Amino acid sequence: MEELLRSFLTDDFTWLLYILLAALPLVFILLFALVAVWTEMKVSAHMQDRLAYMYTGPHGIFQPVADILKLLQKEDARPAAADKILFTLAPFLVFIGTYAGFAALPFSSAYIGSNINLGVFYIIAVSSIVVVGLLMAGWASNNKWSLFGAMRSAAQIVSYEIPTALALLVAVMITGSLNLQEVIRFQEGGILDWVVFGGPLPLTQKLLVIPFTFTAFLIMFIAGIAEVNRTPFDLPEAESELVQGYNTEYSGMKFAIFYLAEYANMYLVSGIAACLFLGGWASPFGELMSGPVWGVFWIVAKSMGFVFLQIWIRWTLPRLRVDQLMYTSWKVMLPFLFVCIFFVGLILVL
Amino acid sequence: MDAIGTYFLNIWKAFSTIAIGMRVTIGHLFTPSVTLQYPDVKLKMPERARNRLYVNIDDCIGCDQCSLACPVDCIIIDTIKSTTDQDLGVTSTGHKKRLHVPKFDIDIAKCCYCGLCVYPCPTECIVMTDVFEFSEFDRHNLIYHYSSMTSPEIDEAKTKLKKAEEEAAAKKAVAAAAAEKQKSDQSKQGS
Repeated sequence: MEELLRSFLTDDFTWLLYILLAALPLVFILLFALVAVWTEMKVSAHMQDRLAYMYTGPHGIFQPVADILKLLQKEDARPAAADKILFTLAPFLVFIGTYAGFAALPFSSAYIGSNINLGVFYIIAVSSIVVVGLLMAGWASNNKWSLFGAMRSAAQIVSYEIPTALALLVAVMITGSLNLQEVIRFQEGGILDWVVFGGPLPLTQKLLVIPFTFTAFLIMFIAGIAEVNRTPFDLPEAESELVQGYNTEYSGMKFAIFYLAEYANMYLVSGIAACLFLGGWASPFGELMSGPVWGVFWIVAKSMGFVFLQIWIRWTLPRLRVDQLMYTSWKVMLPFLFVCIFFVGLILVL
Repeated sequence: MDAIGTYFLNIWKAFSTIAIGMRVTIGHLFTPSVTLQYPDVKLKMPERARNRLYVNIDDCIGCDQCSLACPVDCIIIDTIKSTTDQDLGVTSTGHKKRLHVPKFDIDIAKCCYCGLCVYPCPTECIVMTDVFEFSEFDRHNLIYHYSSMTSPEIDEAKTKLKKAEEEAAAKKAVAAAAAEKQKSDQSKQGS
């Protein structure tokens, strides 16, 4: 894709090329947020035997657009006692942290923001900036609920980053690369070559490794939900106890950016899980329906599947207690992952 | 059970109960919704629902019984007696109407929907309907005026009544004077 675009432009305009390539995921995030908001509302409503919005367009499909128009018109209120600079900066920092993660997330065999060798590592590292943004928002709001939310969010994201990273490590051990494009190419041979199903290893190794990859995949998915602060891990927002957590004092476009970051994060986590465990843009039928364009379809379909699963879980489960949250991370996920890593390593060496 | 057993049992329980919950929610995702799209589709009110009052003023005989029954005094009725030359007709229940009703106001904002005004009405002209959407921006718009009389009609009825009363008073005075005269005549004769 880069070569294709480069052929249209002379050397003087390469900066334009970079802007174009960097802006593509942004366009995608905006479209995705519209679709995801609508899906979330519709799925939650139908799960509760309701209909959700029905007026703006057929089955309310234009409602997210209307919501955005409303948010654009809203007053940009800021509490008098808030820290002006940090308060303004925080939502953007949260979004930047998420968006930086998209740089290494492949969308097709022909398009990835930055094809770096340490892709997985980079995403895990850079998405931690989100924590700084959330803490900033909570602190600068000068509101106890915001601060509580931010504290919880920091504790949660930091502790769940460890299971996420270790679960990714299981997949990385099998594929032998931290470059997400390489990881996907490794799984290109169809559904049975996906890392959840042991990857393209010899049959005996494959059969032995499946329980561990499957466990790692499950843990990665659960930890991913916790990383994006969604129910049942929505303690940072916890509207029944903390009003709205770290974004209590935010309104208008700043709130919209928090919201956008949340949905972008949802896709990022789903995208990483899809890339590492479900073959990313690789077709489940091997050669059939593969190629750069089909690749976009496959990765988006897989990620949207995860997003749907996240929504489904959100509208099923109640919120965890703080001690349960920490218990799950440190006492359940972590030992299981250590076992997974140990046995996967053993199987791969032998 | 030993600690390690509970540990694994808890994990198993977590997954199995989550699976049960998710099965329930996905089942409901495909069941038709139970809600109505309210302004477009309305739930039928029960037959004896008590909502907005309605007064069929053509049947009202101005007896004031509903107003007396009202515990919150939200019904205010004024009446003017009809004169002998006027025929106000009969109600649909066969009662003869003897009074003009120039004012029949119900302050529905005060109304407590008890329905006590409905039972005493001899002509069944005040009834509870199933209309429940009558919110207003101004409280004064909730005072419903049911009287069908226009102000010239009211004035006419008033003047007619006044005239009739004056005539009656004059007649009475004449009669009284006559009686007085007769009395004095009688006393004269007696003396």
